[in-house]
Amino acid sequence: MRMRPSAAGYFGEFGGKFVPEVLVAALAELEREVDRAFADPAFWNEYASVLAEFVGRPSPIYRAERFTAEVSPATLVLKREDLNHTGAHKINNTVGQALLARRMGKKRLIAETGAGQHGVATATVGAKFGIPVDVYMGAVDVERQALNVYIMELFGATVHAVHGGTQTLKDATSEAFRQWAARVDDTFYVIGSVVGAHPYPFMVREFQKVIGTEARAQCLERFGKLPSDVIACVGGGSNAAGIFAGFIDDAGVKLWGVEAAGDGIETKRTAASLNAGTVGVLHGSRSYVLQTADGQVRETHSISAGLDYPGVGPEHAYLKESGRASYVSVTDAEALEAFFDLAKTEGIIPALEAAHALAFARRLAAERGPDDVVLVNLSGRGDKDINQIRAL
Amino acid sequence: MLSNIFKPGRLAFIPYIMAGDPDLETTRAIVSALTEAGADAIELGVPYSDPLADGPTIEAAGTRALKNGVKLSDVLALVKEVHEAAPPIVLFTYYNPVYQYGVQEFARAAAGAGAAGAIVPDLSLEEAEPLRLALGAHDLEMPLLVAPSTPRDRAAEIAGQSGGFVYVVSRLGVTGAGQAPNFEPVRKQIAELRSVTKKPLALGFGISSAEHVRAVRGLVDGVIVGSALIDAYSNARGNEAARRAGDYLKALREE
Ligand SMILES: Cc1ncc(COP(=O)(O)O)c(C=O)c1O
Repeated sequence: MRMRPSAAGYFGEFGGKFVPEVLVAALAELEREVDRAFADPAFWNEYASVLAEFVGRPSPIYRAERFTAEVSPATLVLKREDLNHTGAHKINNTVGQALLARRMGKKRLIAETGAGQHGVATATVGAKFGIPVDVYMGAVDVERQALNVYIMELFGATVHAVHGGTQTLKDATSEAFRQWAARVDDTFYVIGSVVGAHPYPFMVREFQKVIGTEARAQCLERFGKLPSDVIACVGGGSNAAGIFAGFIDDAGVKLWGVEAAGDGIETKRTAASLNAGTVGVLHGSRSYVLQTADGQVRETHSISAGLDYPGVGPEHAYLKESGRASYVSVTDAEALEAFFDLAKTEGIIPALEAAHALAFARRLAAERGPDDVVLVNLSGRGDKDINQIRAL
Repeated sequence: MLSNIFKPGRLAFIPYIMAGDPDLETTRAIVSALTEAGADAIELGVPYSDPLADGPTIEAAGTRALKNGVKLSDVLALVKEVHEAAPPIVLFTYYNPVYQYGVQEFARAAAGAGAAGAIVPDLSLEEAEPLRLALGAHDLEMPLLVAPSTPRDRAAEIAGQSGGFVYVVSRLGVTGAGQAPNFEPVRKQIAELRSVTKKPLALGFGISSAEHVRAVRGLVDGVIVGSALIDAYSNARGNEAARRAGDYLKALREE
């Protein structure tokens, strides 16, 4: 598998740098710094020590016996990213990007956020490293995710409600790009997933790869073998890219990305870009996009705000096309069922995003044999979703 | 050819409007008012859902046009209808609508409609080539953008590949009249560009007053005025919008 994008930032035919000229120099500067930092053991040492002491890594793997007891002969194992500080995998990435921003002498961090998890993770590292943070968030999401807005503000970040377009994550992302253009000399744009122009998809995946590297070693140690299947939910695709990266060279391990079908991929109310979208250009790269036939980006729907995005990282488009990974989808209703079931059978509240991966994992584990280990990335905890669930 | 609109010692005026804002009928009327008011070329915006290079005014104009269901094909049909009685028309569009239309098909259709070229602000030099060549095959030109953050060597390369004119962005950031351009760094960049290209230079982003026009007379070959013009006629329709747009351009030109 070719794991590094081409010099122009392409995974196969996906990726690239489709941005206004004003941002090109900043991307080039970032690319140079990424190359330098990634080749510098001191950078990775510091990253590892912050992950160990501040984030709480390694996160454990956990055998969810009761969750699958009735349906599955196989062993279902959860990678517990929900136990990270701030409650999701997003923090792995913001630690890495904040360290880069510091090396580059940037004075300010900006970020886009939908559910607020990435905004919280960016505000957290802003507080930890003493860098001011501005977060852009769709006005609708500011309403829906009031608790996360409060937490970001508690950490000293300024949250800006975005009123343009559909007032959700896609518009927050567009606005963050614009704000970056206006302050490109002193501002570092912390992108929250494996999306955007090169080198973001590559860089973010490298910061999330720790999930897969740990999980692979943990499976070998605990079970003496690799999992048959690795499953993760896909919004932009960062938690999936991170866990997949640990197993990409293990040809016998099947990789599964689970998208949010919303009401169903055949309906307009969906967020499954790889399953229901077409190839297009959005937010800096060529990948799959939920769009109209004439190229307008569509409004999306998922019960899970973190998966409610019309694009997907270009590496996933490439993994889909090359057949190395398979992409399936799970509806709102199926995800909700998995949410309640995990809570009842294991005493764990999954994020609604992760509940999508769990729903598919249980379905798949039922088809696997007693010797198989099925590994699921539990990308985050569901405390943030409790009010939404209670209101149902 | 776009380059023909620039004459030595004279500042060319290139107004930008959004096609279909608030409706195609109004756009038609505005095009003829701008023609009468002495526009040297017209940039015609194609509405797009996520205009990364645009500020609030143009984003809102695009949203109004999208609410009316205006598509790239409608904009091409409009160009076909009005181009003979108008100065050269350059389409200003984001890449995704063009990509969905098909790069080759778009070039053919734009040429068939009588457009003079296309500006695509989210195509960096690295990604622009396929469309630039496709347009070139039909004698259409593609002006490329140089930003204040563009390093010198790269600016020279962009100027070399730019068609019609070089679009010089006056300041960091996106389009919009709210934030004043900073002409000092622009002066330096223009001098550098002059030393590497003979192509005309047109300045845009934030040009919104007579004072700005005075400041750049003699410095550049043309100015592009978008958000301030749209602000001048927003909330109006049809002939009233056209009258305001024409008056605005006339007042600027007479400076
Ligand atoms: C817990 C959790 N999982 C998954 C996602 C989706 O992002 P990605 O696909 O980049 O992992 C989010 C995004 O907010 C999230 O909060």
